[in-house]
Amino acid sequence: MMINTITLLLGVTLLYSTPMIFGALGGVLSERSGVINIGIEGMMTFGAFAGAAAGYYSGNPWIGVLCAALAGGVLALLHAVAAITCQADQTISGVAINLLGPALAVFFCRLAFDGSTMSYPVANKLPKIFGSGAEGIWANLNVDIMVVVALLFAVAMWFVLYRTKWGMRILAVGENPAAADTLGINVYKTRYACVILSGILAGIGGATVTLGIVAQFTQTSIAGQGFIALAAVIFGKWKPMGAYRACLIFGFSQALTVVLGGGAIAVPTEILAMLPYVLTIVILILFVGKSVAPKADGVPYVKGRR
Amino acid sequence: MEKTVKFFKKPITATLIAIFCGFLVATVILAVSGYNPFEAFGALLGGIFGRPKYVSNVIIKSTPIILTGVSVAFAYKMGLFNIGAEGQFIVGAVAANVVGIVCDFPAVIEVPLVLLAGVAAGALYGGIAGWLKAKYNINEVIVGIMLNWMALYFSNFVCNVERFHKPESDGAYAIHESGFISFFTNWKTTEAAAEFVQAHPFIGDILRTDANAGILIAIALTFAVSFLLYKTTKGYELRAVGSNRDAAEFAGIDVGKNMVQTMLIAGALSGIAAAIAIAGNNPHGITQLSAFESNGLNGLSVAFIAGGSPIGCIFAGLLFGALLYGGQSIQYVVGAPSEIISILIGTIVFLIALKDMVPVLIDKMGKRGVK
Repeated sequence: MMINTITLLLGVTLLYSTPMIFGALGGVLSERSGVINIGIEGMMTFGAFAGAAAGYYSGNPWIGVLCAALAGGVLALLHAVAAITCQADQTISGVAINLLGPALAVFFCRLAFDGSTMSYPVANKLPKIFGSGAEGIWANLNVDIMVVVALLFAVAMWFVLYRTKWGMRILAVGENPAAADTLGINVYKTRYACVILSGILAGIGGATVTLGIVAQFTQTSIAGQGFIALAAVIFGKWKPMGAYRACLIFGFSQALTVVLGGGAIAVPTEILAMLPYVLTIVILILFVGKSVAPKADGVPYVKGRR
Repeated sequence: MEKTVKFFKKPITATLIAIFCGFLVATVILAVSGYNPFEAFGALLGGIFGRPKYVSNVIIKSTPIILTGVSVAFAYKMGLFNIGAEGQFIVGAVAANVVGIVCDFPAVIEVPLVLLAGVAAGALYGGIAGWLKAKYNINEVIVGIMLNWMALYFSNFVCNVERFHKPESDGAYAIHESGFISFFTNWKTTEAAAEFVQAHPFIGDILRTDANAGILIAIALTFAVSFLLYKTTKGYELRAVGSNRDAAEFAGIDVGKNMVQTMLIAGALSGIAAAIAIAGNNPHGITQLSAFESNGLNGLSVAFIAGGSPIGCIFAGLLFGALLYGGQSIQYVVGAPSEIISILIGTIVFLIALKDMVPVLIDKMGKRGVK
């Protein structure tokens, strides 16, 4: 019984943290290059829809993931044009992306699914790590393959950022773009690549919800995960593995509400549902003083201006 | 030539261009999706101006978002991004509702009591975000969003408390009638009213809506905020912190204290927006929320379209309310998803972010013209 609860808790934690991990990795990459990306939530929502729609019509969940990545990337491109080329207010642009993402998702959902704001359930979900035959505690731990992919992505991003030439360039652009420019690094190109990649990651994160956890797009598929991912970026000190761990903590608090919410204890579900959000604030109070954003985060770069 | 350059450099021009381009994008999306955009926008106009009732409903819809817009614009003046307006609105509604149920006084006491409950709850909620920012330097955007979700679940919790839950509904009891600010609440149900409506169809149509005093309160508060910002020492301090925090601190302005005060006021504005909605509109109580109603989040867009000016929020709020209310008829009449309005609004806000480009572009074109 005990081992059952623990494995269930672990399984649900991994499941729920995965979409946030993709979003948070996107946030890390974008902000490390010096562009604040509040629009992660909107990119995840659009990706969640694109993933479910493509997954439904093609019957292949991987095509769904690919389309979700594209959808997130397209929205990110808009943000990149605004933030990098037009030197726009990145917060306003991000808010606009958060308005556009869900609006486009539901608009196209109504066109693709007979006027409904929900997609039809996809026939083939993303595969599980132990296949479909797992039983007992293995069923509890039989999470989506995306859980593994998220971990691989986090490790890969850590390696690229801290162990390769490209990574050093990205970090340089985010800390001191003028110096990076003098060294011959193309600040604009680097930032464009990072912002678009962040959208691609956010889109994939959205698809892990609609092709894995629930197998369907609804208006509440993405309900704050993108914003919690942003909190994870800060809590994780703008580092890939830090953000990964932070997402696990937030995922754990959500898992607690799911596992405990089954009537096991006498707390109203509404109060229990607040837990992840309360925890986020508490964690930020305890740790945020020690984390410092990349120096040029949110500052548009203009060639020749100091 | 110089005159045209000057014209294009005015902020209002850039805003109008952004709105125009937003409509262009929406036109293209509608056309590509196989709908006639002109029919759709015709339906939109009809849905806004078609009947006196529609205009009245637009104003009712605009009232809360004018105030949340002013709330966001006010905080933005000192560099704070009040995305938490949504949560402040929700707790304001809960407090106004609870006080309106528990207390039963004559209107002269009940109405102020209900409104003040909203103000207090909203201010407290906004103050938390301001205090966390001032004391721990925690990003107010993230705190705001977390507080929004907590408010949503808290509202649903209160909805289901036995003392407040209205049986066989998904909401709480309405507040006592003495707390209503709707026009002619009691008279509306009398026979004399029925006769009057027959005789005056125009006014009668308006009376069929929840027409209430909220818009007057909203406009008065907007002017008060504008006065506070531009004509008082406090307002000067707030704007000084907003434009250069270090310089303001050096000049002896207590930045932290100003942050908390700003967020208290911003929260109070969102809170009273909610209290007005509870006191003015049916069902005069909160209902179970499955997602955000976006009264606060729309305030962000309103504030940006208004270019951060409180007075501008009145016009931006009315535009926004008109689009949201009239947009529903796009779906009835043309069959196109009403989300086209959300896309339109999102595009406008996106272009507003780019609007600093307009003067730069004009300068470039001007130089080319001289050569």
